[in-house]
Amino acid sequence: MTTPPKRARKRVLPGFGLTLGYTLFYLSIIVLIPLTALLFKTFTMTWPQFWEAVAAPRVLASYRLTFGASFIAACVNLVFGLLIAWVLVRYQFPGKKIVDALVDLPFALPTAVAGISLTALLAGNGWIGQYLEPLGIQLAFNPNGIVIALIFIGLPFVVRTVQPVLEDSEKELEEAATSLGATRWQIFLHVILPAITPALLTGFAMAFARAVGEYGSVIFIAGNMPMVSEITPLIIIGKLEQYDYAGATAVAVVMLVISFVMLLVINALQAWQRRHAGAPV
Amino acid sequence: MSAATRTIRRAKAGTTEAPWVRWTLIGVAMVFLLLFLVLPLAAVFTEALRKGVDAYLAGLKEPDAWSAIKLTLLTAVIAVPLNLVFGVAAAWCIAKYEFKGKAFLTTLIDLPFSISPVVAGLMYVLVFGAHGWFGPWLAEHDIKIIFAVPGIVLATVFVTFPFIARELIPLMQAQGNDEEQAAIVLGASGWQTFWHVTLPNIKWGLLYGVILCNARAMGEFGAVSVVSGHIRGQTNTIPLHVEILYNEYQSVAAFAAASLLALLALVTLVIKSVAEWRNEQEMKAAAELPPERPRP
Repeated sequence: MTTPPKRARKRVLPGFGLTLGYTLFYLSIIVLIPLTALLFKTFTMTWPQFWEAVAAPRVLASYRLTFGASFIAACVNLVFGLLIAWVLVRYQFPGKKIVDALVDLPFALPTAVAGISLTALLAGNGWIGQYLEPLGIQLAFNPNGIVIALIFIGLPFVVRTVQPVLEDSEKELEEAATSLGATRWQIFLHVILPAITPALLTGFAMAFARAVGEYGSVIFIAGNMPMVSEITPLIIIGKLEQYDYAGATAVAVVMLVISFVMLLVINALQAWQRRHAGAPV
Repeated sequence: MSAATRTIRRAKAGTTEAPWVRWTLIGVAMVFLLLFLVLPLAAVFTEALRKGVDAYLAGLKEPDAWSAIKLTLLTAVIAVPLNLVFGVAAAWCIAKYEFKGKAFLTTLIDLPFSISPVVAGLMYVLVFGAHGWFGPWLAEHDIKIIFAVPGIVLATVFVTFPFIARELIPLMQAQGNDEEQAAIVLGASGWQTFWHVTLPNIKWGLLYGVILCNARAMGEFGAVSVVSGHIRGQTNTIPLHVEILYNEYQSVAAFAAASLLALLALVTLVIKSVAEWRNEQEMKAAAELPPERPRP
Protein backbone atom coordinates (compact mmCIF):
# COMPACT_ATOMS: atom_id res chain seq x y z
CA MET A 1 0.00 0.00 0.00
CA THR A 2 2.77 2.41 0.81
CA THR A 3 4.60 2.70 -2.43
CA PRO A 4 7.96 4.40 -2.09
CA PRO A 5 7.56 8.14 -2.76
CA LYS A 6 8.39 8.70 -6.36
CA ARG A 7 10.28 11.92 -6.63
CA ALA A 8 7.99 14.86 -7.18
CA ARG A 9 5.78 13.05 -9.64
CA LYS A 10 3.64 15.45 -11.58
CA ARG A 11 0.05 14.30 -11.74
CA VAL A 12 -0.43 13.23 -15.34
CA LEU A 13 -3.81 11.60 -14.80
CA PRO A 14 -6.77 13.92 -14.52
CA GLY A 15 -9.62 13.60 -12.06
CA PHE A 16 -7.85 13.74 -8.69
CA GLY A 17 -9.83 16.70 -7.37
CA LEU A 18 -13.13 15.37 -8.67
CA THR A 19 -12.78 11.82 -7.33
CA LEU A 20 -11.30 12.82 -3.98
CA GLY A 21 -13.92 15.51 -3.55
CA TYR A 22 -16.76 13.13 -4.33
CA THR A 23 -15.29 10.44 -2.08
CA LEU A 24 -15.08 12.84 0.87
CA PHE A 25 -18.55 14.25 0.19
CA TYR A 26 -20.20 10.83 0.01
CA LEU A 27 -18.22 9.53 2.99
CA SER A 28 -19.34 12.52 5.07
CA ILE A 29 -23.02 12.13 4.24
CA ILE A 30 -23.26 8.38 4.66
CA VAL A 31 -20.76 7.69 7.44
CA LEU A 32 -19.28 10.72 9.19
CA ILE A 33 -22.36 12.86 9.87
CA PRO A 34 -24.43 9.97 11.30
CA LEU A 35 -21.40 8.95 13.36
CA THR A 36 -21.11 12.48 14.76
CA ALA A 37 -24.82 12.44 15.61
CA LEU A 38 -24.24 9.34 17.71
CA LEU A 39 -21.35 10.93 19.61
CA PHE A 40 -23.25 14.20 20.14
CA LYS A 41 -26.21 12.34 21.55
CA THR A 42 -23.87 10.77 24.11
CA PHE A 43 -22.62 14.19 25.18
CA THR A 44 -26.17 15.21 26.10
CA MET A 45 -26.08 12.59 28.87
CA THR A 46 -24.52 13.13 32.26
CA TRP A 47 -21.77 10.74 33.30
CA PRO A 48 -23.92 8.87 35.90
CA GLN A 49 -26.70 8.45 33.32
CA PHE A 50 -24.22 7.08 30.83
CA TRP A 51 -22.71 4.73 33.38
CA GLU A 52 -26.10 3.49 34.48
CA ALA A 53 -26.98 2.65 30.89
CA VAL A 54 -23.75 0.89 29.94
CA ALA A 55 -23.00 -0.90 33.22
CA ALA A 56 -26.39 -2.26 34.23
CA PRO A 57 -26.14 -5.95 35.19
CA ARG A 58 -28.27 -7.02 32.21
CA VAL A 59 -26.02 -5.05 29.83
CA LEU A 60 -22.85 -6.41 31.43
CA ALA A 61 -24.19 -9.95 31.01
CA SER A 62 -24.79 -9.18 27.33
CA TYR A 63 -21.17 -8.02 26.85
CA ARG A 64 -19.87 -11.20 28.44
CA LEU A 65 -22.10 -13.29 26.22
CA THR A 66 -21.36 -11.36 23.01
CA PHE A 67 -17.60 -11.33 23.46
CA GLY A 68 -17.39 -14.84 24.88
CA ALA A 69 -19.47 -16.39 22.11
CA SER A 70 -17.64 -14.35 19.43
CA PHE A 71 -14.28 -15.44 20.82
CA ILE A 72 -15.19 -19.13 20.90
CA ALA A 73 -16.66 -18.93 17.40
CA ALA A 74 -13.57 -17.14 16.07
CA CYS A 75 -11.33 -19.83 17.66
CA VAL A 76 -13.33 -22.60 16.00
CA ASN A 77 -13.08 -20.71 12.71
CA LEU A 78 -9.35 -20.29 13.21
CA VAL A 79 -8.82 -24.06 13.41
CA PHE A 80 -11.32 -25.17 10.79
CA GLY A 81 -10.64 -22.19 8.52
CA LEU A 82 -6.96 -23.16 8.43
CA LEU A 83 -7.89 -26.79 7.81
CA ILE A 84 -10.24 -25.88 4.93
CA ALA A 85 -7.73 -23.47 3.38
CA TRP A 86 -5.02 -26.14 3.65
CA VAL A 87 -7.16 -28.83 2.06
CA LEU A 88 -8.24 -26.49 -0.76
CA VAL A 89 -4.69 -25.34 -1.55
CA ARG A 90 -2.63 -28.49 -1.03
CA TYR A 91 -4.84 -31.42 -2.01
CA GLN A 92 -6.74 -32.55 -5.07
CA PHE A 93 -10.13 -34.16 -4.62
CA PRO A 94 -13.36 -34.42 -6.62
CA GLY A 95 -15.69 -31.44 -6.28
CA LYS A 96 -12.95 -29.12 -5.07
CA LYS A 97 -14.09 -26.17 -7.23
CA ILE A 98 -17.64 -26.39 -5.87
CA VAL A 99 -16.40 -26.59 -2.28
CA ASP A 100 -14.19 -23.57 -2.90
CA ALA A 101 -17.14 -21.55 -4.21
CA LEU A 102 -19.39 -22.72 -1.37
CA VAL A 103 -17.05 -21.34 1.31
CA ASP A 104 -18.33 -17.84 0.49
CA LEU A 105 -21.94 -18.85 1.21
CA PRO A 106 -22.05 -17.01 4.57
CA PHE A 107 -21.09 -13.79 2.74
CA ALA A 108 -23.90 -14.23 0.25
CA LEU A 109 -26.68 -15.77 2.34
CA PRO A 110 -28.69 -13.15 4.24
CA THR A 111 -28.19 -13.49 7.97
CA ALA A 112 -31.89 -13.79 8.75
CA VAL A 113 -32.11 -16.80 6.44
CA ALA A 114 -29.10 -18.39 8.11
CA GLY A 115 -30.72 -17.73 11.49
CA ILE A 116 -34.05 -19.40 10.82
CA SER A 117 -32.40 -22.24 8.93
CA LEU A 118 -29.94 -23.08 11.71
CA THR A 119 -32.79 -22.86 14.22
CA ALA A 120 -34.87 -25.28 12.15
CA LEU A 121 -31.93 -27.73 12.08
CA LEU A 122 -31.06 -27.55 15.76
CA ALA A 123 -34.45 -27.20 17.44
CA GLY A 124 -35.81 -30.26 19.25
CA ASN A 125 -37.69 -31.46 16.16
CA GLY A 126 -35.03 -30.51 13.60
CA TRP A 127 -32.79 -32.74 11.47
CA ILE A 128 -29.90 -32.55 13.92
CA GLY A 129 -31.73 -31.53 17.08
CA GLN A 130 -33.93 -34.64 17.16
CA TYR A 131 -30.87 -36.85 17.64
CA LEU A 132 -29.21 -34.63 20.20
CA GLU A 133 -32.18 -33.86 22.41
CA PRO A 134 -32.54 -37.44 23.77
CA LEU A 135 -28.85 -37.20 24.74
CA GLY A 136 -29.57 -34.07 26.73
CA ILE A 137 -27.69 -31.78 24.33
CA GLN A 138 -29.50 -28.56 23.48
CA LEU A 139 -28.01 -26.44 20.73
CA ALA A 140 -30.87 -24.02 20.04
CA PHE A 141 -32.38 -21.28 22.20
CA ASN A 142 -29.34 -20.95 24.46
CA PRO A 143 -25.75 -19.63 24.19
CA ASN A 144 -24.68 -22.77 22.26
CA GLY A 145 -26.91 -21.68 19.41
CA ILE A 146 -25.32 -18.23 19.40
CA VAL A 147 -21.85 -19.75 19.03
CA ILE A 148 -23.03 -21.94 16.15
CA ALA A 149 -24.61 -19.01 14.31
CA LEU A 150 -21.41 -16.97 14.78
CA ILE A 151 -19.26 -19.84 13.47
CA PHE A 152 -21.41 -19.84 10.34
CA ILE A 153 -21.10 -16.04 9.92
CA GLY A 154 -17.32 -15.94 10.40
CA LEU A 155 -16.30 -19.07 8.50
CA PRO A 156 -15.11 -17.47 5.23
CA PHE A 157 -12.84 -14.86 6.85
CA VAL A 158 -10.03 -17.17 7.99
CA VAL A 159 -10.25 -19.35 4.86
CA ARG A 160 -10.08 -16.36 2.51
CA THR A 161 -7.19 -14.62 4.29
CA VAL A 162 -5.06 -17.77 4.69
CA GLN A 163 -5.71 -19.30 1.25
CA PRO A 164 -3.72 -16.80 -0.88
CA VAL A 165 -0.77 -16.87 1.53
CA LEU A 166 -0.64 -20.67 1.43
CA GLU A 167 -0.81 -20.56 -2.37
CA ASP A 168 2.17 -18.21 -2.52
CA SER A 169 4.29 -20.06 0.04
CA GLU A 170 7.44 -21.56 -1.42
CA LYS A 171 7.71 -25.31 -1.50
CA GLU A 172 11.50 -25.02 -1.75
CA LEU A 173 11.64 -24.08 1.93
CA GLU A 174 9.76 -27.22 2.85
CA GLU A 175 11.96 -29.35 0.62
CA ALA A 176 15.04 -27.83 2.24
CA ALA A 177 13.65 -28.56 5.70
CA THR A 178 12.94 -32.16 4.72
CA SER A 179 16.41 -32.71 3.34
CA LEU A 180 17.75 -31.37 6.64
CA GLY A 181 15.82 -34.12 8.39
CA ALA A 182 12.70 -32.37 9.66
CA THR A 183 9.49 -34.35 10.01
CA ARG A 184 6.31 -33.17 8.33
CA TRP A 185 4.89 -31.98 11.65
CA GLN A 186 8.07 -30.04 12.49
CA ILE A 187 7.94 -28.41 9.07
CA PHE A 188 4.34 -27.38 9.66
CA LEU A 189 5.15 -25.91 13.06
CA HIS A 190 8.43 -24.20 12.19
CA VAL A 191 8.22 -23.37 8.47
CA ILE A 192 4.60 -23.12 7.37
CA LEU A 193 2.89 -21.83 10.50
CA PRO A 194 5.17 -18.81 11.04
CA ALA A 195 4.62 -17.80 7.40
CA ILE A 196 0.85 -17.83 7.69
CA THR A 197 0.48 -16.52 11.26
CA PRO A 198 -0.21 -12.88 10.27
CA ALA A 199 -2.90 -14.00 7.82
CA LEU A 200 -4.40 -16.37 10.39
CA LEU A 201 -4.61 -13.65 13.01
CA THR A 202 -6.08 -11.18 10.52
CA GLY A 203 -8.79 -13.68 9.62
CA PHE A 204 -9.40 -14.38 13.31
CA ALA A 205 -9.75 -10.66 14.11
CA MET A 206 -12.11 -10.12 11.17
CA ALA A 207 -14.29 -13.07 12.16
CA PHE A 208 -14.34 -11.84 15.77
CA ALA A 209 -15.20 -8.25 14.78
CA ARG A 210 -17.99 -9.43 12.53
CA ALA A 211 -19.37 -11.75 15.21
CA VAL A 212 -19.48 -9.03 17.87
CA GLY A 213 -21.79 -6.88 15.77
CA GLU A 214 -23.90 -9.70 14.34
CA TYR A 215 -27.63 -9.49 14.89
CA GLY A 216 -29.74 -11.15 12.21
CA SER A 217 -28.60 -14.74 12.46
CA VAL A 218 -28.31 -14.76 16.25
CA ILE A 219 -31.69 -13.51 17.43
CA PHE A 220 -33.61 -16.42 15.93
CA ILE A 221 -31.50 -19.11 17.54
CA ALA A 222 -30.58 -17.41 20.81
CA GLY A 223 -33.84 -17.62 22.72
CA ASN A 224 -33.07 -14.05 23.86
CA MET A 225 -33.48 -14.55 27.60
CA PRO A 226 -32.25 -11.54 29.62
CA MET A 227 -29.00 -12.29 31.52
CA VAL A 228 -28.63 -15.65 29.73
CA SER A 229 -28.83 -15.40 25.97
CA GLU A 230 -29.36 -11.74 25.14
CA ILE A 231 -26.65 -10.23 22.91
CA THR A 232 -25.62 -6.56 23.08
CA PRO A 233 -27.15 -5.51 19.72
CA LEU A 234 -30.46 -6.85 21.00
CA ILE A 235 -30.12 -4.68 24.12
CA ILE A 236 -29.87 -1.65 21.81
CA ILE A 237 -32.98 -2.75 19.90
CA GLY A 238 -34.82 -3.33 23.17
CA LYS A 239 -34.00 0.17 24.44
CA LEU A 240 -35.08 1.68 21.11
CA GLU A 241 -38.42 -0.09 21.30
CA GLN A 242 -38.96 1.55 24.69
CA TYR A 243 -38.00 4.94 23.16
CA ASP A 244 -34.93 5.07 25.42
CA TYR A 245 -32.79 6.71 22.73
CA ALA A 246 -30.14 7.93 25.16
CA GLY A 247 -29.70 4.47 26.71
CA ALA A 248 -29.52 2.84 23.28
CA THR A 249 -26.94 5.39 22.18
CA ALA A 250 -24.79 4.83 25.26
CA VAL A 251 -24.58 1.09 24.65
CA ALA A 252 -24.03 1.75 20.93
CA VAL A 253 -21.06 3.99 21.77
CA VAL A 254 -19.48 1.18 23.76
CA MET A 255 -19.88 -1.14 20.78
CA LEU A 256 -18.57 1.57 18.47
CA VAL A 257 -15.41 2.03 20.52
CA ILE A 258 -14.84 -1.70 20.37
CA SER A 259 -15.36 -1.63 16.60
CA PHE A 260 -12.72 1.10 16.29
CA VAL A 261 -10.26 -0.90 18.37
CA MET A 262 -10.89 -4.00 16.27
CA LEU A 263 -10.41 -1.98 13.09
CA LEU A 264 -7.06 -0.68 14.34
CA VAL A 265 -5.99 -4.19 15.34
CA ILE A 266 -6.94 -5.55 11.91
CA ASN A 267 -5.09 -2.71 10.16
CA ALA A 268 -1.97 -3.38 12.24
CA LEU A 269 -2.19 -7.11 11.49
CA GLN A 270 -2.53 -6.45 7.78
CA ALA A 271 0.47 -4.13 7.83
CA TRP A 272 2.41 -6.89 9.60
CA GLN A 273 1.27 -9.37 6.97
CA ARG A 274 2.47 -7.12 4.14
CA ARG A 275 5.87 -6.69 5.80
CA HIS A 276 5.99 -10.42 6.38
CA ALA A 277 5.30 -11.11 2.73
CA GLY A 278 8.23 -8.86 1.89
CA ALA A 279 8.49 -6.88 -1.31
CA PRO A 280 5.46 -7.20 -3.57
CA VAL A 281 6.08 -9.65 -6.41
CA MET B 1 17.76 -49.46 -0.58
CA SER B 2 20.63 -47.09 -1.15
CA ALA B 3 21.01 -43.93 0.87
CA ALA B 4 20.41 -41.82 -2.24
CA THR B 5 17.00 -43.27 -3.07
CA ARG B 6 16.01 -42.97 0.57
CA THR B 7 16.79 -39.26 0.51
CA ILE B 8 14.80 -38.75 -2.67
CA ARG B 9 11.81 -40.58 -1.22
CA ARG B 10 12.03 -38.49 1.90
CA ALA B 11 12.27 -35.27 -0.08
CA LYS B 12 9.11 -36.20 -1.97
CA ALA B 13 7.32 -37.10 1.21
CA GLY B 14 8.54 -33.81 2.65
CA THR B 15 6.15 -31.61 0.69
CA THR B 16 3.03 -33.65 1.18
CA GLU B 17 1.47 -35.91 3.76
CA ALA B 18 0.86 -39.64 3.88
CA PRO B 19 -2.37 -40.61 2.06
CA TRP B 20 -4.19 -41.48 5.26
CA VAL B 21 -3.39 -38.07 6.76
CA ARG B 22 -4.45 -36.39 3.55
CA TRP B 23 -7.79 -38.14 3.33
CA THR B 24 -8.50 -37.69 7.04
CA LEU B 25 -7.92 -33.94 6.75
CA ILE B 26 -10.08 -33.74 3.62
CA GLY B 27 -12.75 -35.81 5.37
CA VAL B 28 -12.83 -33.63 8.50
CA ALA B 29 -12.99 -30.44 6.42
CA MET B 30 -15.83 -31.81 4.29
CA VAL B 31 -17.86 -32.97 7.29
CA PHE B 32 -17.45 -29.53 8.87
CA LEU B 33 -18.60 -27.80 5.67
CA LEU B 34 -21.46 -30.25 5.28
CA LEU B 35 -22.72 -29.52 8.79
CA PHE B 36 -22.22 -25.76 8.73
CA LEU B 37 -22.91 -24.81 5.12
CA VAL B 38 -24.71 -27.51 3.13
CA LEU B 39 -27.25 -28.57 5.76
CA PRO B 40 -28.47 -25.02 6.54
CA LEU B 41 -28.82 -24.34 2.81
CA ALA B 42 -30.68 -27.61 2.21
CA ALA B 43 -32.91 -26.97 5.23
CA VAL B 44 -34.19 -23.71 3.71
CA PHE B 45 -35.55 -25.47 0.65
CA THR B 46 -36.90 -28.57 2.40
CA GLU B 47 -38.69 -26.46 5.02
CA ALA B 48 -40.13 -24.27 2.26
CA LEU B 49 -41.45 -27.29 0.35
CA ARG B 50 -42.55 -29.25 3.43
CA LYS B 51 -46.25 -28.89 2.58
CA GLY B 52 -45.87 -29.19 -1.17
CA VAL B 53 -45.39 -26.85 -4.08
CA ASP B 54 -48.84 -25.29 -3.78
CA ALA B 55 -48.27 -24.12 -0.22
CA TYR B 56 -44.86 -22.82 -1.28
CA LEU B 57 -46.28 -20.77 -4.14
CA ALA B 58 -49.17 -19.56 -1.98
CA GLY B 59 -46.62 -18.17 0.46
CA LEU B 60 -44.95 -16.21 -2.31
CA LYS B 61 -48.18 -14.93 -3.87
CA GLU B 62 -49.42 -13.07 -0.81
CA PRO B 63 -49.65 -9.31 -1.45
CA ASP B 64 -47.36 -8.63 1.54
CA ALA B 65 -44.72 -10.94 0.11
CA TRP B 66 -45.00 -9.19 -3.24
CA SER B 67 -44.59 -5.73 -1.77
CA ALA B 68 -41.58 -6.99 0.24
CA ILE B 69 -40.01 -8.32 -2.96
CA LYS B 70 -40.63 -5.04 -4.76
CA LEU B 71 -39.21 -2.96 -1.91
CA THR B 72 -36.11 -5.16 -1.73
CA LEU B 73 -35.51 -4.78 -5.46
CA LEU B 74 -36.08 -1.02 -5.28
CA THR B 75 -33.61 -0.69 -2.40
CA ALA B 76 -30.92 -2.62 -4.25
CA VAL B 77 -31.54 -0.68 -7.47
CA ILE B 78 -30.84 2.59 -5.63
CA ALA B 79 -28.13 1.48 -3.19
CA VAL B 80 -25.89 -0.54 -5.51
CA PRO B 81 -25.38 2.15 -8.21
CA LEU B 82 -24.71 4.79 -5.52
CA ASN B 83 -21.99 2.64 -4.02
CA LEU B 84 -20.74 1.73 -7.47
CA VAL B 85 -20.07 5.36 -8.38
CA PHE B 86 -18.51 5.97 -5.00
CA GLY B 87 -16.41 2.81 -5.22
CA VAL B 88 -14.95 3.76 -8.59
CA ALA B 89 -14.27 7.35 -7.53
CA ALA B 90 -12.65 6.28 -4.25
CA ALA B 91 -10.54 3.60 -5.94
CA TRP B 92 -9.40 6.09 -8.60
CA CYS B 93 -8.16 8.70 -6.14
CA ILE B 94 -6.67 6.18 -3.70
CA ALA B 95 -5.01 3.85 -6.22
CA LYS B 96 -3.81 6.36 -8.78
CA TYR B 97 -2.39 9.15 -6.60
CA GLU B 98 -0.22 9.71 -3.55
CA PHE B 99 -1.54 12.16 -0.99
CA LYS B 100 -1.41 12.82 2.72
CA GLY B 101 -3.94 10.97 4.84
CA LYS B 102 -4.50 8.24 2.26
CA ALA B 103 -4.16 5.42 4.79
CA PHE B 104 -6.60 7.19 7.09
CA LEU B 105 -9.10 7.65 4.27
CA THR B 106 -8.85 3.94 3.42
CA THR B 107 -9.53 3.07 7.05
CA LEU B 108 -12.57 5.37 7.11
CA ILE B 109 -13.94 3.63 4.02
CA ASP B 110 -13.62 0.29 5.83
CA LEU B 111 -15.42 1.60 8.89
CA PRO B 112 -18.96 0.42 7.99
CA PHE B 113 -17.65 -3.16 7.86
CA SER B 114 -16.78 -3.10 11.52
CA ILE B 115 -19.78 -1.18 12.84
CA SER B 116 -22.64 -3.37 14.00
CA PRO B 117 -25.61 -3.02 11.63
CA VAL B 118 -27.83 -2.26 14.62
CA VAL B 119 -25.59 0.67 15.61
CA ALA B 120 -25.69 1.86 11.98
CA GLY B 121 -29.48 1.89 12.01
CA LEU B 122 -29.49 3.78 15.30
CA MET B 123 -27.19 6.47 13.87
CA TYR B 124 -29.73 7.26 11.14
CA VAL B 125 -32.55 7.33 13.69
CA LEU B 126 -30.56 9.95 15.63
CA VAL B 127 -30.09 12.09 12.51
CA PHE B 128 -33.46 11.77 10.77
CA GLY B 129 -35.82 10.38 13.45
CA ALA B 130 -38.57 12.41 15.12
CA HIS B 131 -36.23 13.44 17.96
CA GLY B 132 -33.15 13.59 15.77
CA TRP B 133 -31.15 16.48 14.34
CA PHE B 134 -33.28 17.02 11.25
CA GLY B 135 -36.45 15.48 12.74
CA PRO B 136 -38.41 18.71 13.38
CA TRP B 137 -37.44 20.19 10.01
CA LEU B 138 -38.42 17.02 8.17
CA ALA B 139 -41.75 16.85 10.03
CA GLU B 140 -42.47 20.47 9.08
CA HIS B 141 -41.94 19.69 5.44
CA ASP B 142 -43.82 16.41 5.68
CA ILE B 143 -40.84 14.29 4.65
CA LYS B 144 -40.55 10.85 6.19
CA ILE B 145 -37.16 9.15 6.22
CA ILE B 146 -37.17 6.93 9.29
CA PHE B 147 -39.89 4.25 9.26
CA ALA B 148 -40.13 4.85 5.53
CA VAL B 149 -38.41 3.80 2.33
CA PRO B 150 -35.63 6.48 2.30
CA GLY B 151 -34.41 5.29 5.70
CA ILE B 152 -34.24 1.70 4.46
CA VAL B 153 -32.25 2.80 1.42
CA LEU B 154 -29.86 4.89 3.57
CA ALA B 155 -29.25 2.05 6.03
CA THR B 156 -28.62 -0.33 3.12
CA VAL B 157 -26.21 2.11 1.50
CA PHE B 158 -24.32 2.31 4.80
CA VAL B 159 -23.85 -1.42 5.33
CA THR B 160 -22.84 -2.03 1.70
CA PHE B 161 -20.70 1.13 1.53
CA PRO B 162 -17.18 -0.42 1.33
CA PHE B 163 -17.87 -3.47 -0.86
CA ILE B 164 -17.02 -2.12 -4.31
CA ALA B 165 -14.27 0.30 -3.19
CA ARG B 166 -12.63 -2.52 -1.20
CA GLU B 167 -12.60 -4.77 -4.25
CA LEU B 168 -11.27 -2.13 -6.65
CA ILE B 169 -8.54 -0.41 -4.58
CA PRO B 170 -6.06 -3.33 -4.42
CA LEU B 171 -6.84 -4.30 -8.01
CA MET B 172 -6.15 -0.81 -9.38
CA GLN B 173 -3.07 -0.42 -7.19
CA ALA B 174 -1.66 -3.66 -8.57
CA GLN B 175 -2.26 -2.51 -12.13
CA GLY B 176 -0.43 0.77 -11.68
CA ASN B 177 -0.72 3.92 -13.79
CA ASP B 178 1.36 3.06 -16.85
CA GLU B 179 -1.45 2.25 -19.24
CA GLU B 180 -3.51 5.30 -18.26
CA GLN B 181 -0.50 7.60 -18.52
CA ALA B 182 0.26 6.23 -21.97
CA ALA B 183 -3.32 6.94 -23.05
CA ILE B 184 -3.18 10.51 -21.74
CA VAL B 185 0.17 11.17 -23.38
CA LEU B 186 -1.27 9.89 -26.66
CA GLY B 187 -3.99 12.51 -26.39
CA ALA B 188 -6.97 10.70 -24.84
CA SER B 189 -9.22 12.65 -22.52
CA GLY B 190 -9.72 11.58 -18.91
CA TRP B 191 -13.09 10.00 -19.64
CA GLN B 192 -11.80 8.19 -22.73
CA THR B 193 -8.93 6.83 -20.67
CA PHE B 194 -11.31 5.61 -18.00
CA TRP B 195 -13.78 3.97 -20.38
CA HIS B 196 -11.29 2.40 -22.77
CA VAL B 197 -8.26 1.65 -20.60
CA THR B 198 -9.18 1.42 -16.92
CA LEU B 199 -12.66 -0.09 -17.13
CA PRO B 200 -11.69 -3.10 -19.29
CA ASN B 201 -8.89 -3.84 -16.83
CA ILE B 202 -11.08 -3.77 -13.74
CA LYS B 203 -14.33 -5.18 -15.13
CA TRP B 204 -14.20 -8.56 -13.39
CA GLY B 205 -13.26 -7.07 -10.04
CA LEU B 206 -16.01 -4.54 -10.50
CA LEU B 207 -18.56 -7.27 -11.27
CA TYR B 208 -17.40 -9.21 -8.21
CA GLY B 209 -17.82 -6.17 -5.98
CA VAL B 210 -21.23 -5.33 -7.45
CA ILE B 211 -22.72 -8.78 -6.93
CA LEU B 212 -21.45 -9.06 -3.34
CA CYS B 213 -22.76 -5.54 -2.67
CA ASN B 214 -26.10 -6.54 -4.21
CA ALA B 215 -26.37 -9.74 -2.16
CA ARG B 216 -25.77 -7.83 1.05
CA ALA B 217 -28.12 -5.00 -0.01
CA MET B 218 -30.98 -7.42 -0.63
CA GLY B 219 -30.31 -9.46 2.48
CA GLU B 220 -29.49 -6.83 5.11
CA PHE B 221 -31.50 -7.36 8.26
CA GLY B 222 -30.14 -5.61 11.37
CA ALA B 223 -29.73 -2.04 10.11
CA VAL B 224 -32.92 -2.12 8.05
CA SER B 225 -34.83 -3.60 10.98
CA VAL B 226 -34.00 -0.56 13.15
CA VAL B 227 -35.13 2.07 10.62
CA SER B 228 -38.02 0.28 8.93
CA GLY B 229 -40.77 0.38 11.53
CA HIS B 230 -42.02 -2.99 10.18
CA ILE B 231 -45.11 -1.64 8.48
CA ARG B 232 -46.54 -4.56 6.53
CA GLY B 233 -46.93 -4.01 2.83
CA GLN B 234 -45.06 -0.71 3.08
CA THR B 235 -41.67 -0.88 4.77
CA ASN B 236 -41.00 -4.59 4.88
CA THR B 237 -38.11 -5.98 2.88
CA ILE B 238 -37.86 -9.73 2.24
CA PRO B 239 -35.65 -10.42 5.30
CA LEU B 240 -38.04 -8.49 7.56
CA HIS B 241 -41.00 -10.29 5.98
CA VAL B 242 -39.27 -13.59 6.77
CA GLU B 243 -38.88 -12.54 10.40
CA ILE B 244 -42.54 -11.56 10.81
CA LEU B 245 -43.81 -14.80 9.28
CA TYR B 246 -41.38 -16.85 11.32
CA ASN B 247 -42.43 -15.21 14.57
CA GLU B 248 -46.07 -15.90 13.67
CA TYR B 249 -45.24 -19.60 13.23
CA GLN B 250 -46.01 -19.47 9.49
CA SER B 251 -43.01 -21.64 8.88
CA VAL B 252 -43.70 -22.64 5.27
CA ALA B 253 -44.35 -19.06 4.13
CA ALA B 254 -41.28 -17.80 6.04
CA PHE B 255 -39.01 -20.38 4.44
CA ALA B 256 -40.62 -19.79 1.02
CA ALA B 257 -39.59 -16.13 1.21
CA ALA B 258 -36.21 -17.17 2.63
CA SER B 259 -35.72 -19.56 -0.29
CA LEU B 260 -35.78 -16.57 -2.66
CA LEU B 261 -32.86 -15.07 -0.75
CA ALA B 262 -31.07 -18.42 -0.68
CA LEU B 263 -31.47 -18.65 -4.47
CA LEU B 264 -30.05 -15.14 -4.73
CA ALA B 265 -27.07 -16.30 -2.66
CA LEU B 266 -26.50 -19.29 -4.94
CA VAL B 267 -26.70 -17.14 -8.09
CA THR B 268 -24.26 -14.72 -6.45
CA LEU B 269 -21.78 -17.53 -5.78
CA VAL B 270 -22.05 -18.81 -9.36
CA ILE B 271 -21.48 -15.36 -10.89
CA LYS B 272 -18.59 -14.76 -8.51
CA SER B 273 -16.91 -18.05 -9.47
CA VAL B 274 -17.38 -17.34 -13.17
CA ALA B 275 -15.95 -13.82 -12.76
CA GLU B 276 -12.91 -15.19 -10.92
CA TRP B 277 -12.40 -17.89 -13.52
CA ARG B 278 -12.68 -15.45 -16.45
CA ASN B 279 -10.28 -13.08 -14.72
CA GLU B 280 -7.71 -15.86 -14.30
CA GLN B 281 -8.09 -16.85 -17.96
CA GLU B 282 -7.46 -13.29 -19.09
CA MET B 283 -4.47 -12.89 -16.80
CA LYS B 284 -3.00 -16.12 -18.18
CA ALA B 285 -3.65 -15.06 -21.77
CA ALA B 286 -2.02 -11.68 -21.09
CA ALA B 287 0.99 -13.39 -19.49
CA GLU B 288 1.46 -15.60 -22.55
CA LEU B 289 1.63 -12.66 -24.97
CA PRO B 290 5.14 -12.05 -26.22
CA PRO B 291 6.63 -8.73 -25.10
CA GLU B 292 5.85 -6.20 -27.78
CA ARG B 293 8.92 -4.04 -27.35
CA PRO B 294 12.45 -4.96 -26.50
CA ARG B 295 13.19 -4.19 -22.89
CA PRO B 296 15.44 -1.15 -22.46
